[in-house]
Amino acid sequence: MSTWHSLPKTGPEAPLSVVDVGGPAQPLLTIRGLVKHFPLKGGLLGRRRGEVRAVDGVSFEVLKGETLGVVGESGCGKSTTARLLMQLLEPTAGQIVFDGRTVGSRDLPLKEFRRQVQMVFQDSYASLNPRLTLEDSIAFGPRVHGVSATEAMSRAHDLLARVGLEPARFAGRYPHELSGGQRQRVNIARALALRPRLLILDEAVSALDKSVESQVLNLLLDLKAEFGLTYVFISHDLNVVRYMSDRVLVMYLGEVVEVGPAGALFDNPAHPYTRALLSSVPSMDPDHRTEAPALSGDPPNPIDPPGGCRFHPRCPIAAPACAQQAPERSSVSPLHEVRCLVHERGSEHPKALNRSLHDPSNLLRPHNAQEALA
Amino acid sequence: MNSPQPACAPLVQIEDLCVTFTGGKLPVQAVSGVTLNVARGQVMALIGESGSGKSVTLRTLLRLHPERRTQMRGKVLVDGRDVLALSPRELNDYRGKTTSMIFQEPLLALDPVYPLGQQIEEAIRRHEPVSRAEAERRALALFEQVRIPSPARRLLAYPHEMSGGMRQRAMIALALACKPQVLLADEPTTALDATVQIQILLLLRELQRELGLSVIFVTHDIGAAVEVADRVAVMYGGRIVEEGSVRELIRAPRHPYTQALLGSRSHGAMVPGQRLQTISGSPPDLARLPPGCSFAERCPRASDLCRSSQPPVEAVSADHAVRCFQWQVPERAAAPPLPEPPPEHPVGDTHAPA
Amino acid sequence: MSSTLAPRRRTLPVTVQQSPGYWQSVLHRLLRDRVAMAAGAVVLLLLLMAALGPWITPADPYAASMLKRLKPIGTPGFLLGTDELGRDLMSRLMIGARLSLFMGLAPVLCAFVFGSLIGLVAGYAGGPLNTVIMRTIDVFYAFPSVLLAIALSGALGAGILNSLVALTVVFVPQIARVAEAVTTQVRNRDYVDAARASGASAFTIVRVHVLGNVLGPIFVYSTSLISVSMILASGLSFLGLGVKPPEPEWGLMLNTLRTAIYTQPAVAALPGVMIFITSVSFNLLSDGLRSAMDNKGAA
Repeated sequence: MSTWHSLPKTGPEAPLSVVDVGGPAQPLLTIRGLVKHFPLKGGLLGRRRGEVRAVDGVSFEVLKGETLGVVGESGCGKSTTARLLMQLLEPTAGQIVFDGRTVGSRDLPLKEFRRQVQMVFQDSYASLNPRLTLEDSIAFGPRVHGVSATEAMSRAHDLLARVGLEPARFAGRYPHELSGGQRQRVNIARALALRPRLLILDEAVSALDKSVESQVLNLLLDLKAEFGLTYVFISHDLNVVRYMSDRVLVMYLGEVVEVGPAGALFDNPAHPYTRALLSSVPSMDPDHRTEAPALSGDPPNPIDPPGGCRFHPRCPIAAPACAQQAPERSSVSPLHEVRCLVHERGSEHPKALNRSLHDPSNLLRPHNAQEALA
Repeated sequence: MNSPQPACAPLVQIEDLCVTFTGGKLPVQAVSGVTLNVARGQVMALIGESGSGKSVTLRTLLRLHPERRTQMRGKVLVDGRDVLALSPRELNDYRGKTTSMIFQEPLLALDPVYPLGQQIEEAIRRHEPVSRAEAERRALALFEQVRIPSPARRLLAYPHEMSGGMRQRAMIALALACKPQVLLADEPTTALDATVQIQILLLLRELQRELGLSVIFVTHDIGAAVEVADRVAVMYGGRIVEEGSVRELIRAPRHPYTQALLGSRSHGAMVPGQRLQTISGSPPDLARLPPGCSFAERCPRASDLCRSSQPPVEAVSADHAVRCFQWQVPERAAAPPLPEPPPEHPVGDTHAPA
Repeated sequence: MSSTLAPRRRTLPVTVQQSPGYWQSVLHRLLRDRVAMAAGAVVLLLLLMAALGPWITPADPYAASMLKRLKPIGTPGFLLGTDELGRDLMSRLMIGARLSLFMGLAPVLCAFVFGSLIGLVAGYAGGPLNTVIMRTIDVFYAFPSVLLAIALSGALGAGILNSLVALTVVFVPQIARVAEAVTTQVRNRDYVDAARASGASAFTIVRVHVLGNVLGPIFVYSTSLISVSMILASGLSFLGLGVKPPEPEWGLMLNTLRTAIYTQPAVAALPGVMIFITSVSFNLLSDGLRSAMDNKGAA
């Protein structure tokens, strides 16, 4: 029996978050080889016509106490990944390990996992039941886990106050009476009602006006500090991601193409797609407007991804090798990884570095790149 | 009424426009006295957040509001004609031919049951007496102009068969089909991915230059406005609070709201680890506008005068106007630094790993 | 809205301002709808008439007299005339309201209960279970309702209870279809996902989140079936499959007065007029209810 079973779950003695099982060095969330294919039904008898390979082999870690930003465009699979993390969708393959314990195993049954991981959705209106008052919406989660009605209600009021909505005025209201920013605050309060350790924010501020967005971002930072939360922050707004995140993950067509510390990734993007994304941010200087788009065409459909490196049809530095060979993850620097043949030692790409030639420790070794890597 | 204006007169003249919606319990004052001029071949951006009245102003130019529940007052002159006084038939001639519009969500704005080529041909033949073959030819030319790959094939496609960026291009083609003089754009890039957004913005800029269009571009994204606009007008609470050339407005904004908006978005404003500057409070209730400046309750410099009476329009320079009593008071914090040229990310760089 | 956190404090029970609930606001809007209120008044009147029936009839609805048969409207003592057996038509119409209204409301109520249950299960479960349930429902739905009602009634035999069962079976597929459609819609909403994400069981989710959002539209659809049910029941009685004489029921009365259509057309048409008034009133009320529910907080 793990230690957290013996802790009281309700009342003032209940800890704010469940005891750290794995220790500070253990990543809070480890995703290994996550795959999600949606079958496409068609034809007379609804036979399979193909698959939407929404998430195709995604692996990453979320460290305790950090904010991991996730960026990518339509079809990259970031929202599907979020839903897979929340177990709202069944993965086709892959493993999710939370604080060292596999989700769904006896160590960590699904219901207990759900208590520790919560999500805030993009559409603030659709995320709230229009027939329930705000306090009922927030108190629902705790009630499901056995918290008494009065305790759940007082927790709801407490959280409403904490997100900046006065309980006396707001607890009895319905979602349609609030503005978008207020609703999103309620969604955050609802997510925190179960005292989770990990909060997934799926484009949580994207639909808000900029001034409201700033307020909600400040709120998220305050809450993270106070509750010791870990965030996975999914967004398409690169400025916001850079501001909020410690590390950033870039996704393209169902794969992770680059991951690294926010500053390093934005200052020295290694993957051509990341560079293109960054160049696509509109200029704020009227005298230095963007002259040419970084990428042409639309983000592709994950139904039939190209062979080899998935980005090669649109990549400005693609070589013939890119269509044949799918790149593996290579390190740019200790914490910065990229999936690109240019950075892969010994790949066929003409611009790839043959590390064995440049690495001083290899001076005594044969110059033949293939042998060095054998 | 139909005499063409001399070349120097503004193509679009909006004078003291007031739009009130009378559907709900209280009448909603969506636009309260907007005056705006757009010259021929000029791009004007209307920036504001939800409830600022920017979309309502735009839609008034095509009279897209439900007639029964809307009261419109003021003058809206496009090429010398008063749009608010057009008869239904004249209105149908005006729409599409003189002024046309592109919308935020192409899937909702394009008819899902007709192929795109047919929709464009229908629009052309409504306004001009051309044969079917000629209309088809023109549709193809339009698709080429908006850079849709394989244009001949795409003319036969339905809207749902195209990707988001291509749909938006198709909508632009449709809007330009009858060679309008004014193009209205209602948040055309908000729903698009970043890499597609910049393509569409650049396309709009090019087309505008080639065709000499006047464009009124509504957006909440200042970056998008900077990329395409010559002039910018900032709206808040149904009024224009600041207007000027894009250069002046971005570098030296005078209205506290503009300063706050730009302050939160400029380079160097979002420093990881530091709290963001926010504008406290929330946008005003358009059904219950305060007697004074509608921004007063959120403004750090508001005085009693601001709260009690409407600030008049004052000229900061020849082409920069602001509606504020306090515009000459310097901002307490330093003005936002001149934005540096964005760091170059040449995509084709042979980037040696560190 | 303040963007700083409120100071942490032990929460005391606060008196909370309660906003009017959804059904409260629906009622409010309905009360302001004049057409619906007029229709509602008529329905209320009819229900009262049905309830108070035996005590308010001017004459005995069963008293026959061959001398007084087929008297026209306005005959002193028989304000709306008499039927082919000399019975007072006005009294028979009033008593007939009981059965006719019952046959309009009861099958719909039963169908609402069963149909909603079936539709909810099919809609929430999805997948193969949904397919099995809905395709079975489709088999019944494929029959035109009149034919199905007649066939079932014929098979079960005449009588009120049998007609009730037949009509319920006719309406269950229609209501189940609507219920399944609405449930599927609601099930895909983000707030249901959020409820699943908090670890709630399917039953809890249906009870707390789905039911409240789904029953409204199903109910409105069902009310639109009341007039249909009444007319079908009248039809069944007309064909001799429903109510048996001498019980007054509007459809039955139409049948028996059929032959008098050449001699006393006004009198013969009266039961039809009652059916018409009642159907229209229920329809208008149902329409008003739908408009009242449309405005806010769409599920």
